[in-house]
Amino acid sequence: MTHAERAGDFLRDPERARWHDASLWSLREKRDRAATAVPDWEALREAAAAIKRHTLASLPFYLARFEERARARGAVVHWARDAAEHNAIVEGLLREAGATRVVKSKSMLTEECGLNPWLEARGIELVDTDLGERIVQLRCERPSHIVMPAIHLRRAEIGALFHAELGTPEGLDDPARLTLAARTDLRRRFLGAQAGITGVNFAIAETGGIVVCTNEGNADLGTALPPLHIACMGIEKLIPRAADLPVFLRLLARSATGQAQTAYTSHLHGPRPGGALHIVLVDNGRSALRSRADFADALACIRCGACMNTCPVFRRSGGHSYDAVIPGPIGSVLEPARAPSAHASLPQACTLCGSCRDVCPVRIDLPKQLLAWRGELLVHTPHAGARRTALRAARFAFEHARVYAALGALARLLARVLPERWLSGRWNAWTRGGRALPRIPRRSFRAELARRRR
Amino acid sequence: MRVGLFVPCHVDQLWPEVGLAALDLLERAGARVEFPTDQTCCGQALLSAGGHDEARALARRFARVFDRYDAVVAPSASCTAMLRVHHPLLLGGAEAQAFAARCYELCEFLHGVLRVAPPTHAFPHRVALHAGCHALRELRLGRASEGGPRGEDPVRALLSGLRSIELVSLARADECCGFGGVFSLVEDAVSCRMGLDRLADQRAARAEVVTSSDPSCLLHLASLARRHAPELRVLHVAQILAGEKSA
Repeated sequence: MTHAERAGDFLRDPERARWHDASLWSLREKRDRAATAVPDWEALREAAAAIKRHTLASLPFYLARFEERARARGAVVHWARDAAEHNAIVEGLLREAGATRVVKSKSMLTEECGLNPWLEARGIELVDTDLGERIVQLRCERPSHIVMPAIHLRRAEIGALFHAELGTPEGLDDPARLTLAARTDLRRRFLGAQAGITGVNFAIAETGGIVVCTNEGNADLGTALPPLHIACMGIEKLIPRAADLPVFLRLLARSATGQAQTAYTSHLHGPRPGGALHIVLVDNGRSALRSRADFADALACIRCGACMNTCPVFRRSGGHSYDAVIPGPIGSVLEPARAPSAHASLPQACTLCGSCRDVCPVRIDLPKQLLAWRGELLVHTPHAGARRTALRAARFAFEHARVYAALGALARLLARVLPERWLSGRWNAWTRGGRALPRIPRRSFRAELARRRR
Repeated sequence: MRVGLFVPCHVDQLWPEVGLAALDLLERAGARVEFPTDQTCCGQALLSAGGHDEARALARRFARVFDRYDAVVAPSASCTAMLRVHHPLLLGGAEAQAFAARCYELCEFLHGVLRVAPPTHAFPHRVALHAGCHALRELRLGRASEGGPRGEDPVRALLSGLRSIELVSLARADECCGFGGVFSLVEDAVSCRMGLDRLADQRAARAEVVTSSDPSCLLHLASLARRHAPELRVLHVAQILAGEKSA
C-alpha cells in the first residue's frame, strides 16, 4: 500500500481528520508563539545547525571521546552495528541481571530496533511508561507521532481501552481520571521493575554524560528505582560540549510543544551509587546515511516533531499513514534510506510547501531532500516504467514548442468535445477527489496572441 | 529594459486571460515586452515527479530561449521559484546563477523593479489573498506565519491601492492549498481535503473573490470551488490589477 491509499483511509472519517488537523495546528501555533518570544530564535537555529553539522563531520572523534569519558564516570558503553545487535545486547544485560520486569521511557530508537516484540518473544515483560506510548502499547500499535504517540486517538477510545485493560468504569472519558488510572497502574510497574530502559536526547562528548527530556518524569522514576539503567541511543545524538546543551534545550521543547522547557530534563553522569548504567550506541544505517552527501543532513534531527505539526499532509493523513517508525517529513527522508522500496511513496506525500524547513530547529532542508528522493526512488514506485516513459515523452514535447502547442490544442479539443462523464471517470485523478474539470478555453494564450497580432 | 514574458504551460493552455492581463500590465508600465514563442515549460512538474534529468534539459532550454532578455517575468510565483531556485541547482555555475537572478514573479517585478504606482480603479469586493507557498518560502515575498526571513509582499502592496477593495483576514493566513503539482494527482484525497479546507476558511471570512500570484494553486482551488463553493470567484491577481471584470 502507498501513503496515498492509507491517507485515503484516514480521510474516510472526516470528523477525526478535522480534529487531528486542528490538534496539531494548535501545537504549531504554540510553537510560533514560543519561537517569536525568543528574540534570537533564528540565531539559535543557526547555532544549533552549525553545532550538529560540525559534530556529524567529526563523529568518530566525538564518539571515541564520549566513550572514554562515559567509561571514566563508571558507565559501561556498548556498540551495536544494527537493530539485532542492539536488541541482543539489551537482552543480554537484562538476563545477566536476572530482570524479567522492565520499564521503558520514550525512545524512538527502541521503536526503530523493534525492542518491545524482541523482548516479549523472549519472556521479558516490558512496560512503556510514557502515557501516550503506554496507550499505543496496550492497543498493540505503533506511535503515530514521535512526541505525541497517541495523538490519533480520541479520549472516548482511550476510555474504552482503559476500561478493557485497566478496569476503569465503562464510558469514563474524563482525561484527568483516565490519567490517574494509568498512573496508578504505572506506579505499581515502576516499583516492581528490575531494570529501566531510556532513550537519550543528547549525549555530551566532553563530559560523558547523557540528557533525557520528558514531560512526565517517567524517565526519572525508571532510572531512580531499579538498580539497572540501560540507555539506548543512536550515534547521531552527540553534541561536543556541555556548553552546547542550552542551545538545544532552548529549541527542543519550544519546537515540539511550545513549552519553554520540558517538565523534566535529567542529566545523568555515570551510574547512581549502587546502580549500574549501560549505554548502547547504535549505528543501524546511520553511518551509511552519513556518507550520502545529499541526505547526511537528516542525521542532525533532534526529534522535536515540529515538521509533523506544521506539515499540512501529516495533519490530514495521520502518522500511521506513513507506515513507518518515524512519520512525517523527517520520516519521509529517513525511512527510504533504511528500506527504499517499502517506503518509496513517502517522499511523494508532500506538496513541497516548505514549512517544515522553516520550523526545523536544526535547519534541515527537508523539501530539498524529499525532492532528491523522488528521483532516486522512481525505480521503486508503482508503474515505474510507465512513469519514466511519461517523463521522457513530456521532455520531448516541451523541447519542441510546435509539438507542445499541437498536443495542447489536441488535448483542449478533446476536452471540449468529449462528454464530461467520460472525462471525469474514476481514471481521472484530477476529478476523483471532488474537483471539477477545468474550464477549457478555445485558444491557448499563444494562439490568442498570434491572432490579435495578425 | 527588454522583458521576456514567460507564460507557464498551464496558463498558456488553460487560463490565457492571465497571460493577456500580465502582458497588458507590463506594457502599461512601459516595459518593452516580448513573448518568445519558442518557450514551453520551466520543468517544475517533471522535477517534482522525480525527473531530474528531464528538468535539467528543460532548464538548459529555458535559459537558451530567454537568454537575450534583461529580465524574465512570469505571472506565477511557483514557476518563478523553479527558475530562480531550482534551475541554478540543476545547472550549476555562475552563469545559471546570474540568469536566475534576472527572473521575477510579475507583481514582484512591477512593484519592486519597475516601481509602478499601484492601480487605483475600484474593486469593491471582499478579497481573500491566497499566499502561495513558493512565493512565501522560496521567493520570500512576504513572511511565513511560522517565521523565517522577512520580505515584502508585492501582491498585497499592489492590491491595497485599489479603491473599495477589502482584504479579508483568514484563520490560517498561509496554509498550503494542497495543489503541489504531481501531488494533486498522486495524493488526490489529501490534496482535495487541503483545498476544501482553504475554501472553508475563505468562506468563513465572507470572501467573494480568491486571488493569488500563483495560478496553479488557483486552478486547483477553482476546480474545487466550482463543485463546492460556486459563489466564490477565483481570479489571478493580474486580472484584478489589469481591471478585468470577470474570469
